[in-house]
Amino acid sequence: MNPAPSVIIFTVTAGAGYGLLFWLALSRLGALAPAITNGQLIVAGFIGLVLVTIGLLSSTLHLANPKNAWRSFMRFRTSWLSREAVFAVLFYPLVLLWFVSGGNSFLSLLVALMAIVVLVCTAMIYASLKTIRQWNNALTPVNFVLLGLAAGAAILTLITLIQGVYTPRILALTVAAIAAAAFSKLLYFSWIGQPSGPTINTALGFTRATVKLLDVGHASDTFLTKEFGYEVARAKILWARVIAIVVGFVVPLMLLTGLLGSPGVVHAALASILLMAGIFVERWLFFAEARHVVNLYHGKQST
Amino acid sequence: MKLGLVIDLDTCVGCHACALACKQWNTSGTTGPLSDYEPYGKEPSGVWFNRIRHFEVDEYPHNKTVNTPMSCMHCDDAACVTVCPTGASYKREEDGIVLVDQSKCMGCNLCAWACPYGARELDQEQGVMKKCTLCVDRIYDMNLPKEDRQPACVLTCPTSARFFGDFDDPDSQVSTLVRERGGYAMMPEVGYNPVNKYLPPRERPAAPVADKSADTSTGTLQEKTQSLLGKWLKKQKAAFDSLGER
Repeated sequence: MNPAPSVIIFTVTAGAGYGLLFWLALSRLGALAPAITNGQLIVAGFIGLVLVTIGLLSSTLHLANPKNAWRSFMRFRTSWLSREAVFAVLFYPLVLLWFVSGGNSFLSLLVALMAIVVLVCTAMIYASLKTIRQWNNALTPVNFVLLGLAAGAAILTLITLIQGVYTPRILALTVAAIAAAAFSKLLYFSWIGQPSGPTINTALGFTRATVKLLDVGHASDTFLTKEFGYEVARAKILWARVIAIVVGFVVPLMLLTGLLGSPGVVHAALASILLMAGIFVERWLFFAEARHVVNLYHGKQST
Repeated sequence: MKLGLVIDLDTCVGCHACALACKQWNTSGTTGPLSDYEPYGKEPSGVWFNRIRHFEVDEYPHNKTVNTPMSCMHCDDAACVTVCPTGASYKREEDGIVLVDQSKCMGCNLCAWACPYGARELDQEQGVMKKCTLCVDRIYDMNLPKEDRQPACVLTCPTSARFFGDFDDPDSQVSTLVRERGGYAMMPEVGYNPVNKYLPPRERPAAPVADKSADTSTGTLQEKTQSLLGKWLKKQKAAFDSLGER
């Protein structure tokens, strides 16, 4: 799949924003940051909303006809994209109400829940597509949620350190979230390495003989080849995986667990930036590694 | 009604006439234009509802060229419709045709991602998704003679490899063809239940090859000629004799 920058920015920054608001909402319920004041909560929450908004605005950039974007609320019953749009828009008044209520515990629970719901809806847009086996599996929503939560936790660590309401529990949680995200991503990389799904034989209905493409029928690129025919060299994919894991997970974990000196604001800031950079590479891979079955009609033997 | 196409892979010669007829009809029809990008440039591209690919099945000496015209399959379980967030994509209750309401489409491409058959293409000029309409603006046009109320691709096919009809009617031409020729769906494992069906190439014996070493004909050229001449003379005599009878 063609990795469109607008969609990568959307899923990464909005994911981090929802993750941050999830932890922030929980910080009121659990004893994550008991010392946080309402003002500090709103400042931190505002940062989360800004991240979410940047993401959502970016998502509209890949629309070819954005004037009809408001219509995306119309098919809530069947479309994950519609559900994502509805929940993403409902999230704003909910968070504002939560701010106004001074972090009411019921609303905190609702904000945390809603943040996860939006993350799952975003992931299901991709995971529901039977045409792309690298997406059409349960690890896709798991990855999206865990990566969003890891990024949110790292940013929360940084914010609470700056605000002076930091507790070691936040750090422990961040380390656990990053480790869980790294584990689920490694599982995903291993999972999609297993060959499965349609082949050129089932695509054409000739399953008892070899099939090969003689002529694709078009002289230059089409919508289909541009959108789905994106190909990256295997070596580049492997390098990107190494970069995503080392930059996104290993180095932030080292920074936060004190392997590179006792963690402070600088460590937390560096960890957040590297984690986000790593997730950007991971999200690029998510698209670059996805192979649509229509490529079988363009001569690929399998996806 | 469940309208759709049957495409005979045995007789299709891969001439792309169906794709051209489709482009011609639809670019000037209700879904038009089907925009072209740099049509006279180095890399001409554009929107097509029908694309033909050419494959080789099996290995020499059993190999065969198979041409596969592909357009929207008007699936029974059309995921392009369910993933659409705006309601622009819909499947008609009355005849099963899958259509795009271009005034509602926001151009998010998700339906094209959901389609395994590459049937949907975004018109970059207009910013909306376009697809085969089964010539819905033609098949119901009562101003046309009955035999012309068929999709443009079906009417134009020079080898009559394309058939249009109602799959809900067990006695329709398309249903009969599927039943008798083992019509099948492409990539059924995705689970969309495509309506359009393909007829596999027929089993036939290998084409006869002249074997020069074992020529069994015994007569000389002169004998053959005489007999031909004799036949011709007989025919002329019979014609002459019958003149008086009229």
